[in-house]
Amino acid sequence: MTMLELKAVNKFFNGWQAVADVDLQVAAGELAVLIGTSGSGKSTTLKMINRLIEPDSGSIRLAGEDIRSQPPEVLRRRIGYAIQSVGLFPHWTVEQNIAAVPSLLKWPKARIRERVVELLELLHLPAAQFLARYPHQLSGGQQQRVGVARALAADPEVLLMDEPFGALDPVTRGTLQQELLRIQALSGKTIVLVTHDIDEALLLGQRIVLMDKGRVVQQGSAQDFLLHPASDFVRDFVGQSDVGVRLLGLDTVASRMRPLQPVSGEPIAASATLREALSAFVARRVSSLPVIDAQGQPAGVLHFADLLPVAA
Amino acid sequence: MKPARLPAALWLSSGLLLALLYLLPHSAGLFAWLFPEVERPLYTQDSFASLVLAHLLLVLASSLIAVLGGVAAGLLASRPAGREFRPLLDSVLAISQALPPVAVLAIAAPLIGFGEWPALIALVLYGLLPVTQGTLAGLASVPDSVLEVARGLGMGRWRILWQVELPLAAPVLLAGVRTSVVINIGTAAIASTVGARTLGLPIIVGLSGFNTAYVLQGALLVALLAIVADQCFDWLAHRLSPHVGVEH
Repeated sequence: MTMLELKAVNKFFNGWQAVADVDLQVAAGELAVLIGTSGSGKSTTLKMINRLIEPDSGSIRLAGEDIRSQPPEVLRRRIGYAIQSVGLFPHWTVEQNIAAVPSLLKWPKARIRERVVELLELLHLPAAQFLARYPHQLSGGQQQRVGVARALAADPEVLLMDEPFGALDPVTRGTLQQELLRIQALSGKTIVLVTHDIDEALLLGQRIVLMDKGRVVQQGSAQDFLLHPASDFVRDFVGQSDVGVRLLGLDTVASRMRPLQPVSGEPIAASATLREALSAFVARRVSSLPVIDAQGQPAGVLHFADLLPVAA
Repeated sequence: MKPARLPAALWLSSGLLLALLYLLPHSAGLFAWLFPEVERPLYTQDSFASLVLAHLLLVLASSLIAVLGGVAAGLLASRPAGREFRPLLDSVLAISQALPPVAVLAIAAPLIGFGEWPALIALVLYGLLPVTQGTLAGLASVPDSVLEVARGLGMGRWRILWQVELPLAAPVLLAGVRTSVVINIGTAAIASTVGARTLGLPIIVGLSGFNTAYVLQGALLVALLAIVADQCFDWLAHRLSPHVGVEH
Protein backbone atom coordinates (compact mmCIF):
# COMPACT_ATOMS: atom_id res chain seq x y z
CA MET A 1 0.00 0.00 0.00
CA THR A 2 1.26 3.46 -0.84
CA MET A 3 1.30 5.66 2.24
CA LEU A 4 2.70 8.75 0.63
CA GLU A 5 2.56 9.81 -2.97
CA LEU A 6 4.02 12.96 -4.53
CA LYS A 7 3.14 13.67 -8.16
CA ALA A 8 4.82 16.29 -10.35
CA VAL A 9 5.46 18.55 -7.36
CA ASN A 10 7.06 21.94 -8.05
CA LYS A 11 8.10 24.75 -5.75
CA PHE A 12 9.55 28.13 -6.63
CA PHE A 13 11.12 30.65 -4.26
CA ASN A 14 11.28 34.10 -5.84
CA GLY A 15 11.53 32.62 -9.32
CA TRP A 16 14.17 30.10 -8.33
CA GLN A 17 13.03 26.51 -8.66
CA ALA A 18 13.67 24.69 -5.39
CA VAL A 19 11.79 21.52 -6.27
CA ALA A 20 11.26 20.41 -9.86
CA ASP A 21 8.75 17.79 -10.96
CA VAL A 22 9.30 15.48 -8.05
CA ASP A 23 7.52 12.14 -8.17
CA LEU A 24 7.84 9.99 -5.13
CA GLN A 25 6.07 7.01 -3.64
CA VAL A 26 6.66 5.70 -0.16
CA ALA A 27 5.05 2.41 0.79
CA ALA A 28 3.45 1.90 4.19
CA GLY A 29 6.10 0.79 6.67
CA GLU A 30 8.96 1.91 4.45
CA LEU A 31 11.88 4.03 5.60
CA ALA A 32 12.70 6.43 2.77
CA VAL A 33 15.73 8.68 2.90
CA LEU A 34 15.89 11.92 0.93
CA ILE A 35 19.52 12.77 0.40
CA GLY A 36 21.34 15.57 -1.39
CA THR A 37 23.61 18.53 -0.87
CA SER A 38 22.26 21.69 0.72
CA GLY A 39 19.97 23.47 -1.70
CA SER A 40 19.02 20.22 -3.42
CA GLY A 41 15.39 20.64 -2.41
CA LYS A 42 15.25 17.68 -0.02
CA SER A 43 14.12 19.67 3.04
CA THR A 44 11.63 21.65 0.97
CA THR A 45 10.19 18.40 -0.32
CA LEU A 46 9.86 17.09 3.23
CA LYS A 47 8.17 20.26 4.47
CA MET A 48 5.64 20.15 1.67
CA ILE A 49 4.40 16.82 3.04
CA ASN A 50 3.17 18.43 6.27
CA ARG A 51 2.34 21.71 4.53
CA LEU A 52 4.92 23.82 6.32
CA ILE A 53 5.61 24.80 2.71
CA GLU A 54 2.84 24.76 0.11
CA PRO A 55 3.78 23.40 -3.33
CA ASP A 56 3.14 25.61 -6.37
CA SER A 57 1.87 22.70 -8.43
CA GLY A 58 1.47 18.96 -8.27
CA SER A 59 -0.35 16.80 -5.77
CA ILE A 60 0.59 15.10 -2.52
CA ARG A 61 -1.47 12.27 -1.09
CA LEU A 62 -1.29 10.78 2.36
CA ALA A 63 -2.93 7.34 2.65
CA GLY A 64 -4.71 8.01 -0.62
CA GLU A 65 -6.13 11.34 0.54
CA ASP A 66 -5.10 14.74 -0.86
CA ILE A 67 -3.32 16.56 1.96
CA ARG A 68 -5.20 19.75 1.10
CA SER A 69 -8.51 18.11 1.95
CA GLN A 70 -8.16 19.09 5.61
CA PRO A 71 -6.82 22.08 7.57
CA PRO A 72 -3.01 22.00 7.92
CA GLU A 73 -3.21 21.74 11.73
CA VAL A 74 -5.35 18.59 11.52
CA LEU A 75 -3.03 17.08 8.90
CA ARG A 76 0.08 17.83 10.96
CA ARG A 77 -1.30 16.05 14.01
CA ARG A 78 -1.39 12.87 11.89
CA ILE A 79 2.28 13.31 10.91
CA GLY A 80 5.19 13.12 13.32
CA TYR A 81 7.87 15.78 12.90
CA ALA A 82 11.43 15.84 14.24
CA ILE A 83 14.19 18.26 13.21
CA GLN A 84 17.92 18.67 13.64
CA SER A 85 17.74 21.44 16.23
CA VAL A 86 15.08 19.38 18.05
CA GLY A 87 13.08 22.46 19.02
CA LEU A 88 11.91 21.20 22.41
CA PHE A 89 9.72 23.75 24.17
CA PRO A 90 12.17 25.05 26.79
CA HIS A 91 9.45 26.09 29.23
CA TRP A 92 7.80 22.67 29.21
CA THR A 93 8.94 19.53 31.01
CA VAL A 94 9.90 16.40 29.09
CA GLU A 95 6.43 15.02 29.85
CA GLN A 96 4.66 18.13 28.56
CA ASN A 97 6.84 18.17 25.45
CA ILE A 98 6.10 14.56 24.55
CA ALA A 99 2.42 15.07 25.36
CA ALA A 100 2.14 18.04 22.96
CA VAL A 101 0.23 16.34 20.15
CA PRO A 102 -1.87 13.98 22.34
CA SER A 103 -2.94 17.08 24.28
CA LEU A 104 -3.89 18.83 21.05
CA LEU A 105 -5.94 15.76 20.18
CA LYS A 106 -7.57 15.97 23.63
CA TRP A 107 -6.63 12.48 24.76
CA PRO A 108 -7.67 11.69 28.35
CA LYS A 109 -4.97 12.59 30.89
CA ALA A 110 -4.40 9.02 32.06
CA ARG A 111 -3.89 7.81 28.48
CA ILE A 112 -1.42 10.62 27.77
CA ARG A 113 0.63 9.79 30.86
CA GLU A 114 0.64 6.11 29.93
CA ARG A 115 1.79 6.91 26.38
CA VAL A 116 4.55 9.27 27.57
CA VAL A 117 5.93 6.66 29.95
CA GLU A 118 5.77 4.00 27.24
CA LEU A 119 7.70 6.23 24.79
CA LEU A 120 10.34 7.17 27.34
CA GLU A 121 10.94 3.46 27.99
CA LEU A 122 11.08 2.82 24.23
CA LEU A 123 13.81 5.45 23.91
CA HIS A 124 15.69 4.23 26.99
CA LEU A 125 15.00 7.27 29.15
CA PRO A 126 13.82 6.05 32.58
CA ALA A 127 10.47 7.78 33.09
CA ALA A 128 10.86 8.30 36.83
CA GLN A 129 14.03 10.25 36.16
CA PHE A 130 13.07 12.23 33.08
CA LEU A 131 9.34 13.08 33.21
CA ALA A 132 9.75 16.26 35.22
CA ARG A 133 13.02 17.49 33.70
CA TYR A 134 13.30 20.58 31.56
CA PRO A 135 15.09 20.44 28.17
CA HIS A 136 18.09 22.45 29.41
CA GLN A 137 18.77 19.67 31.90
CA LEU A 138 19.28 17.10 29.12
CA SER A 139 22.27 16.24 26.94
CA GLY A 140 22.05 16.72 23.16
CA GLY A 141 21.40 13.04 22.59
CA GLN A 142 18.72 12.92 25.30
CA GLN A 143 17.05 15.99 23.81
CA GLN A 144 16.86 14.33 20.40
CA ARG A 145 15.43 11.18 22.02
CA VAL A 146 12.71 13.31 23.56
CA GLY A 147 12.23 15.00 20.17
CA VAL A 148 11.73 11.62 18.52
CA ALA A 149 9.39 10.52 21.33
CA ARG A 150 7.37 13.70 20.84
CA ALA A 151 7.14 13.04 17.11
CA LEU A 152 5.89 9.49 17.78
CA ALA A 153 3.54 10.45 20.62
CA ALA A 154 0.18 10.37 18.88
CA ASP A 155 1.08 7.28 16.86
CA PRO A 156 1.26 9.22 13.58
CA GLU A 157 0.74 7.57 10.22
CA VAL A 158 3.99 9.01 8.90
CA LEU A 159 7.10 10.28 10.62
CA LEU A 160 9.05 13.11 8.97
CA MET A 161 12.62 13.66 10.15
CA ASP A 162 14.74 16.57 8.94
CA GLU A 163 18.40 15.68 9.57
CA PRO A 164 17.44 14.46 13.03
CA PHE A 165 20.92 13.29 13.99
CA GLY A 166 22.95 15.94 12.19
CA ALA A 167 23.94 17.90 15.26
CA LEU A 168 25.03 14.92 17.36
CA ASP A 169 28.50 13.53 17.95
CA PRO A 170 29.33 10.38 15.92
CA VAL A 171 28.89 7.99 18.85
CA THR A 172 25.49 9.35 19.89
CA ARG A 173 24.45 9.54 16.25
CA GLY A 174 25.34 5.87 15.69
CA THR A 175 23.35 4.84 18.78
CA LEU A 176 20.29 6.82 17.74
CA GLN A 177 20.47 5.49 14.17
CA GLN A 178 20.34 1.96 15.56
CA GLU A 179 17.44 2.94 17.81
CA LEU A 180 15.56 4.38 14.89
CA LEU A 181 15.99 1.10 12.99
CA ARG A 182 14.80 -0.77 16.07
CA ILE A 183 11.77 1.48 16.54
CA GLN A 184 10.90 1.23 12.88
CA ALA A 185 11.16 -2.56 12.93
CA LEU A 186 9.02 -2.58 16.09
CA SER A 187 6.32 -0.15 15.02
CA GLY A 188 6.33 -0.54 11.24
CA LYS A 189 6.12 3.24 10.89
CA THR A 190 6.42 4.89 7.53
CA ILE A 191 9.37 7.26 7.85
CA VAL A 192 10.75 9.92 5.53
CA LEU A 193 14.15 11.11 6.67
CA VAL A 194 16.27 13.88 5.19
CA THR A 195 20.05 13.75 5.44
CA HIS A 196 23.18 14.85 3.60
CA ASP A 197 25.23 11.98 5.04
CA ILE A 198 25.57 9.13 2.52
CA ASP A 199 26.54 6.62 5.20
CA GLU A 200 23.41 7.47 7.17
CA ALA A 201 21.34 7.04 4.01
CA LEU A 202 22.95 3.67 3.18
CA LEU A 203 22.46 2.48 6.76
CA LEU A 204 18.87 3.59 7.26
CA GLY A 205 17.24 3.84 3.87
CA GLN A 206 15.17 0.99 2.48
CA ARG A 207 14.56 3.42 -0.34
CA ILE A 208 17.10 6.14 -1.02
CA VAL A 209 16.11 9.17 -3.05
CA LEU A 210 18.99 11.31 -4.25
CA MET A 211 18.08 14.88 -5.16
CA ASP A 212 20.09 17.53 -6.96
CA LYS A 213 18.97 21.03 -7.97
CA GLY A 214 15.39 20.19 -7.03
CA ARG A 215 15.17 17.03 -9.11
CA VAL A 216 15.23 13.38 -8.17
CA VAL A 217 18.42 12.03 -9.74
CA GLN A 218 18.07 8.40 -8.70
CA GLN A 219 16.01 6.35 -6.30
CA GLY A 220 16.39 2.79 -5.19
CA SER A 221 18.02 0.54 -2.63
CA ALA A 222 21.50 0.99 -1.21
CA GLN A 223 22.74 -1.79 -3.51
CA ASP A 224 21.29 0.01 -6.53
CA PHE A 225 23.18 3.15 -5.61
CA LEU A 226 26.48 1.38 -5.01
CA LEU A 227 26.36 -1.08 -7.90
CA HIS A 228 24.36 0.80 -10.52
CA PRO A 229 24.81 4.55 -10.10
CA ALA A 230 22.70 6.32 -12.72
CA SER A 231 25.23 9.05 -13.47
CA ASP A 232 28.63 10.43 -12.62
CA PHE A 233 26.98 12.73 -10.11
CA VAL A 234 25.55 9.73 -8.25
CA ARG A 235 28.87 7.92 -8.48
CA ASP A 236 30.66 10.90 -6.95
CA PHE A 237 27.99 11.32 -4.32
CA VAL A 238 28.24 7.76 -3.03
CA GLY A 239 31.99 8.13 -2.98
CA GLN A 240 33.57 6.23 -5.86
CA SER A 241 36.67 5.03 -4.02
CA ASP A 242 34.67 3.77 -1.01
CA VAL A 243 32.02 1.85 -2.91
CA GLY A 244 33.49 -1.54 -2.03
CA VAL A 245 33.76 -0.75 1.65
CA ARG A 246 30.26 0.70 1.71
CA LEU A 247 28.90 -2.41 0.00
CA LEU A 248 30.43 -4.47 2.79
CA GLY A 249 28.57 -2.18 5.22
CA LEU A 250 25.22 -3.35 3.84
CA ASP A 251 25.61 -7.01 4.81
CA THR A 252 26.13 -8.68 8.15
CA VAL A 253 28.66 -11.27 9.17
CA ALA A 254 25.78 -13.72 9.67
CA SER A 255 24.99 -13.68 5.94
CA ARG A 256 28.47 -14.90 4.92
CA MET A 257 29.77 -17.02 7.80
CA ARG A 258 30.40 -20.73 7.46
CA PRO A 259 29.36 -23.51 9.80
CA LEU A 260 31.35 -23.95 12.95
CA GLN A 261 35.03 -24.79 12.63
CA PRO A 262 37.43 -24.43 15.48
CA VAL A 263 39.22 -21.08 15.04
CA SER A 264 41.07 -19.26 17.74
CA GLY A 265 41.19 -15.55 18.33
CA GLU A 266 38.93 -12.76 19.43
CA PRO A 267 35.38 -13.35 18.09
CA ILE A 268 33.17 -10.98 16.12
CA ALA A 269 29.39 -10.67 16.54
CA ALA A 270 27.17 -12.23 13.89
CA SER A 271 25.21 -8.97 13.73
CA ALA A 272 28.31 -6.91 12.87
CA THR A 273 28.58 -5.61 9.30
CA LEU A 274 31.09 -7.06 6.87
CA ARG A 275 32.70 -3.62 6.92
CA GLU A 276 33.45 -4.09 10.60
CA ALA A 277 34.70 -7.59 9.84
CA LEU A 278 37.08 -6.22 7.21
CA SER A 279 38.38 -3.77 9.75
CA ALA A 280 38.88 -6.61 12.24
CA PHE A 281 40.77 -8.75 9.69
CA VAL A 282 43.16 -5.93 8.89
CA ALA A 283 43.60 -4.65 12.42
CA ARG A 284 44.19 -8.09 13.91
CA ARG A 285 46.16 -9.36 10.94
CA VAL A 286 44.21 -12.60 10.71
CA SER A 287 42.52 -14.32 7.79
CA SER A 288 39.69 -15.93 9.75
CA LEU A 289 37.50 -14.83 12.62
CA PRO A 290 35.35 -16.87 15.00
CA VAL A 291 31.74 -15.61 15.01
CA ILE A 292 29.49 -15.48 18.08
CA ASP A 293 25.74 -14.98 18.24
CA ALA A 294 23.79 -12.49 20.36
CA GLN A 295 24.03 -14.87 23.35
CA GLY A 296 27.81 -15.00 23.06
CA GLN A 297 27.78 -18.61 21.86
CA PRO A 298 30.07 -19.69 18.98
CA ALA A 299 28.03 -19.49 15.78
CA GLY A 300 30.47 -20.04 12.95
CA VAL A 301 33.58 -18.74 11.27
CA LEU A 302 34.25 -16.02 8.71
CA HIS A 303 37.20 -16.26 6.33
CA PHE A 304 38.73 -13.24 4.66
CA ALA A 305 37.75 -14.63 1.26
CA ASP A 306 34.10 -14.71 2.37
CA LEU A 307 34.03 -10.94 2.07
CA LEU A 308 33.81 -11.39 -1.69
CA PRO A 309 30.25 -12.21 -2.70
CA VAL A 310 29.67 -15.53 -4.34
CA ALA A 311 28.80 -14.91 -7.97
CA ALA A 312 25.03 -15.00 -8.19
CA MET B 1 7.63 24.47 41.35
CA LYS B 2 9.69 26.81 43.46
CA PRO B 3 8.16 28.02 46.72
CA ALA B 4 6.38 31.36 46.43
CA ARG B 5 8.60 32.88 49.09
CA LEU B 6 9.21 36.60 48.88
CA PRO B 7 12.88 37.51 48.86
CA ALA B 8 14.40 39.35 51.82
CA ALA B 9 15.13 42.46 49.75
CA LEU B 10 11.45 42.84 48.94
CA TRP B 11 10.46 42.39 52.59
CA LEU B 12 13.07 44.90 53.67
CA SER B 13 12.19 47.60 51.14
CA SER B 14 8.42 47.34 51.59
CA GLY B 15 8.85 47.22 55.37
CA LEU B 16 10.93 50.37 55.19
CA LEU B 17 8.30 52.09 53.07
CA LEU B 18 5.50 51.24 55.51
CA ALA B 19 7.62 52.28 58.48
CA LEU B 20 8.46 55.56 56.80
CA LEU B 21 4.78 56.21 56.03
CA TYR B 22 3.91 55.60 59.67
CA LEU B 23 6.81 57.56 61.17
CA LEU B 24 6.97 60.61 58.86
CA PRO B 25 3.89 62.35 60.30
CA HIS B 26 5.51 62.06 63.74
CA SER B 27 8.93 63.26 62.70
CA ALA B 28 8.46 67.04 62.84
CA GLY B 29 10.98 67.17 65.67
CA LEU B 30 13.61 65.24 63.75
CA PHE B 31 13.35 67.45 60.65
CA ALA B 32 13.31 70.61 62.81
CA TRP B 33 16.62 69.42 64.27
CA LEU B 34 18.03 68.46 60.86
CA PHE B 35 16.95 71.68 59.12
CA PRO B 36 16.87 74.37 61.84
CA GLU B 37 16.67 77.20 59.25
CA VAL B 38 13.34 75.88 57.84
CA GLU B 39 10.20 77.40 59.35
CA ARG B 40 7.82 74.47 58.84
CA PRO B 41 10.00 71.35 58.61
CA LEU B 42 7.19 68.80 57.96
CA TYR B 43 4.98 68.71 54.86
CA THR B 44 1.40 68.65 56.14
CA GLN B 45 -0.73 70.00 53.26
CA ASP B 46 -1.57 66.41 52.30
CA SER B 47 -1.13 63.17 54.21
CA PHE B 48 1.81 61.17 52.87
CA ALA B 49 -0.36 58.06 52.67
CA SER B 50 -2.86 59.78 50.37
CA LEU B 51 -0.01 61.06 48.21
CA VAL B 52 1.49 57.56 47.92
CA LEU B 53 -1.94 56.27 46.96
CA ALA B 54 -2.48 58.96 44.34
CA HIS B 55 1.04 58.42 43.02
CA LEU B 56 0.52 54.66 42.77
CA LEU B 57 -2.86 55.12 41.11
CA LEU B 58 -1.38 57.37 38.44
CA VAL B 59 1.52 54.95 37.83
CA LEU B 60 -0.79 51.93 37.78
CA ALA B 61 -3.23 53.52 35.35
CA SER B 62 -0.53 54.78 33.00
CA SER B 63 1.48 51.55 33.19
CA LEU B 64 -1.59 49.44 32.51
CA ILE B 65 -2.33 51.41 29.37
CA ALA B 66 1.34 51.44 28.38
CA VAL B 67 1.66 47.67 28.86
CA LEU B 68 -1.48 46.90 26.88
CA GLY B 69 -0.55 49.31 24.11
CA GLY B 70 3.13 48.39 24.07
CA VAL B 71 2.52 44.64 23.97
CA ALA B 72 -0.11 45.11 21.27
CA ALA B 73 2.24 47.25 19.17
CA GLY B 74 5.06 44.75 19.63
CA LEU B 75 2.84 41.81 18.72
CA LEU B 76 1.48 43.59 15.69
CA ALA B 77 4.90 44.51 14.36
CA SER B 78 6.18 40.96 14.83
CA ARG B 79 3.33 39.27 12.91
CA PRO B 80 3.80 38.65 9.17
CA ALA B 81 0.93 41.06 8.42
CA GLY B 82 2.43 43.90 10.48
CA ARG B 83 6.03 43.38 9.50
CA GLU B 84 6.08 46.39 7.19
CA PHE B 85 5.33 48.63 10.19
CA ARG B 86 8.42 47.41 11.93
CA PRO B 87 10.87 50.01 10.50
CA LEU B 88 8.41 52.82 11.29
CA LEU B 89 7.90 51.56 14.83
CA ASP B 90 11.63 51.16 15.31
CA SER B 91 12.36 54.76 14.34
CA VAL B 92 9.48 56.13 16.44
CA LEU B 93 10.84 54.15 19.39
CA ALA B 94 14.36 55.40 18.81
CA ILE B 95 13.26 59.04 18.62
CA SER B 96 10.99 58.83 21.66
CA GLN B 97 13.62 57.05 23.70
CA ALA B 98 15.94 59.98 23.09
CA LEU B 99 13.49 62.40 24.73
CA PRO B 100 13.95 62.78 28.49
CA PRO B 101 10.73 62.29 30.51
CA VAL B 102 10.71 65.93 31.55
CA ALA B 103 10.61 66.96 27.92
CA VAL B 104 7.58 64.74 27.29
CA LEU B 105 5.78 66.46 30.18
CA ALA B 106 6.84 69.89 28.97
CA ILE B 107 5.37 69.15 25.57
CA ALA B 108 2.19 67.56 26.94
CA ALA B 109 1.16 70.33 29.36
CA PRO B 110 0.72 73.21 26.90
CA LEU B 111 -1.10 70.88 24.50
CA ILE B 112 -3.54 69.32 26.93
CA GLY B 113 -3.57 71.71 29.86
CA PHE B 114 -2.77 71.13 33.51
CA GLY B 115 -3.95 68.39 35.89
CA GLU B 116 -3.95 64.59 35.95
CA TRP B 117 -4.61 64.14 32.24
CA PRO B 118 -1.40 65.54 30.75
CA ALA B 119 0.48 63.61 33.40
CA LEU B 120 -1.31 60.40 32.46
CA ILE B 121 -0.73 60.94 28.76
CA ALA B 122 2.93 61.79 29.21
CA LEU B 123 3.46 58.76 31.45
CA VAL B 124 1.69 56.45 28.99
CA LEU B 125 3.73 57.78 26.08
CA TYR B 126 6.98 57.41 27.89
CA GLY B 127 6.04 54.03 29.33
CA LEU B 128 5.08 52.59 25.94
CA LEU B 129 8.62 52.50 24.62
CA PRO B 130 10.35 50.04 26.95
CA VAL B 131 7.31 47.76 26.84
CA THR B 132 7.22 47.69 23.04
CA GLN B 133 10.93 47.10 22.85
CA GLY B 134 10.74 44.38 25.46
CA THR B 135 7.92 42.70 23.56
CA LEU B 136 9.79 42.85 20.26
CA ALA B 137 13.05 41.64 21.77
CA GLY B 138 11.25 38.93 23.73
CA LEU B 139 9.43 37.59 20.68
CA ALA B 140 12.63 37.75 18.63
CA SER B 141 14.39 35.65 21.27
CA VAL B 142 12.07 32.69 20.68
CA PRO B 143 14.15 30.18 18.67
CA ASP B 144 12.97 29.59 15.09
CA SER B 145 13.30 25.85 15.58
CA VAL B 146 10.77 25.95 18.41
CA LEU B 147 8.31 27.87 16.24
CA GLU B 148 8.85 25.52 13.31
CA VAL B 149 8.19 22.49 15.46
CA ALA B 150 5.14 24.11 17.07
CA ARG B 151 3.68 24.55 13.59
CA GLY B 152 4.87 21.11 12.49
CA LEU B 153 3.13 19.43 15.43
CA GLY B 154 -0.16 21.02 14.44
CA MET B 155 -0.55 23.97 16.80
CA GLY B 156 -2.69 26.83 15.53
CA ARG B 157 -1.48 30.44 15.36
CA TRP B 158 -3.21 31.56 18.56
CA ARG B 159 -2.12 28.54 20.48
CA ILE B 160 1.49 29.12 19.40
CA LEU B 161 1.21 32.75 20.52
CA TRP B 162 -0.30 31.94 23.93
CA GLN B 163 1.47 28.71 24.79
CA VAL B 164 4.84 29.15 23.15
CA GLU B 165 5.75 32.68 22.06
CA LEU B 166 4.41 34.73 24.96
CA PRO B 167 5.66 32.41 27.73
CA LEU B 168 9.11 32.30 26.12
CA ALA B 169 9.12 36.04 25.51
CA ALA B 170 7.89 36.70 29.05
CA PRO B 171 11.24 37.25 30.82
CA VAL B 172 12.46 39.84 28.31
CA LEU B 173 8.99 41.36 27.98
CA LEU B 174 8.76 41.63 31.74
CA ALA B 175 12.13 43.37 31.84
CA GLY B 176 10.64 45.99 29.52
CA VAL B 177 7.60 46.40 31.77
CA ARG B 178 9.89 46.68 34.77
CA THR B 179 11.89 49.49 33.16
CA SER B 180 8.67 51.19 32.13
CA VAL B 181 7.08 51.07 35.60
CA VAL B 182 10.20 52.05 37.51
CA ILE B 183 10.83 54.99 35.20
CA ASN B 184 7.18 55.97 35.50
CA ILE B 185 7.37 56.04 39.29
CA GLY B 186 10.12 58.61 39.02
CA THR B 187 8.50 60.52 36.17
CA ALA B 188 5.16 60.65 38.01
CA ALA B 189 6.90 62.74 40.68
CA ILE B 190 7.90 65.29 38.04
CA ALA B 191 4.28 65.23 36.85
CA SER B 192 3.41 67.40 39.85
CA THR B 193 4.90 70.30 37.90
CA VAL B 194 1.90 70.07 35.57
CA GLY B 195 -0.54 69.90 38.44
CA ALA B 196 -0.96 66.18 39.11
CA ARG B 197 -1.28 65.19 42.77
CA THR B 198 1.66 62.84 43.41
CA LEU B 199 4.59 62.37 45.75
CA GLY B 200 6.26 65.04 43.64
CA LEU B 201 4.18 67.71 45.40
CA PRO B 202 6.35 68.02 48.52
CA ILE B 203 9.41 68.05 46.24
CA ILE B 204 8.08 70.81 43.97
CA VAL B 205 6.73 72.86 46.87
CA GLY B 206 9.98 72.35 48.73
CA LEU B 207 12.12 73.37 45.73
CA SER B 208 10.16 76.54 45.04
CA GLY B 209 10.09 77.48 48.73
CA PHE B 210 13.72 76.57 49.53
CA ASN B 211 12.38 73.91 51.93
CA THR B 212 14.94 71.10 51.78
CA ALA B 213 13.03 69.09 54.37
CA TYR B 214 10.00 68.80 52.06
CA VAL B 215 12.22 67.75 49.17
CA LEU B 216 13.84 65.06 51.30
CA GLN B 217 10.50 63.71 52.52
CA GLY B 218 9.06 63.43 49.00
CA ALA B 219 12.26 62.06 47.49
CA LEU B 220 12.65 59.38 50.18
CA LEU B 221 9.17 58.05 49.52
CA VAL B 222 9.49 58.11 45.73
CA ALA B 223 12.83 56.34 45.87
CA LEU B 224 11.53 53.64 48.20
CA LEU B 225 8.45 53.18 46.06
CA ALA B 226 10.63 52.63 42.99
CA ILE B 227 12.81 50.15 44.87
CA VAL B 228 9.79 48.19 46.10
CA ALA B 229 8.36 48.04 42.57
CA ASP B 230 11.72 46.93 41.18
CA GLN B 231 12.00 44.19 43.79
CA CYS B 232 8.46 43.01 42.99
CA PHE B 233 9.45 42.60 39.34
CA ASP B 234 12.63 40.84 40.32
CA TRP B 235 10.61 38.32 42.26
CA LEU B 236 8.06 37.98 39.47
CA ALA B 237 10.79 37.39 36.88
CA HIS B 238 12.15 34.48 38.91
CA ARG B 239 8.70 33.02 39.34
CA LEU B 240 7.95 33.27 35.62
CA SER B 241 10.93 31.39 34.29
CA PRO B 242 11.45 28.12 36.14
CA HIS B 243 13.03 26.61 33.01
CA VAL B 244 16.00 28.96 32.89
CA GLY B 245 16.48 28.73 36.62
CA VAL B 246 19.92 28.22 38.08
CA GLU B 247 18.47 25.80 40.63
CA HIS B 248 20.66 22.82 41.34
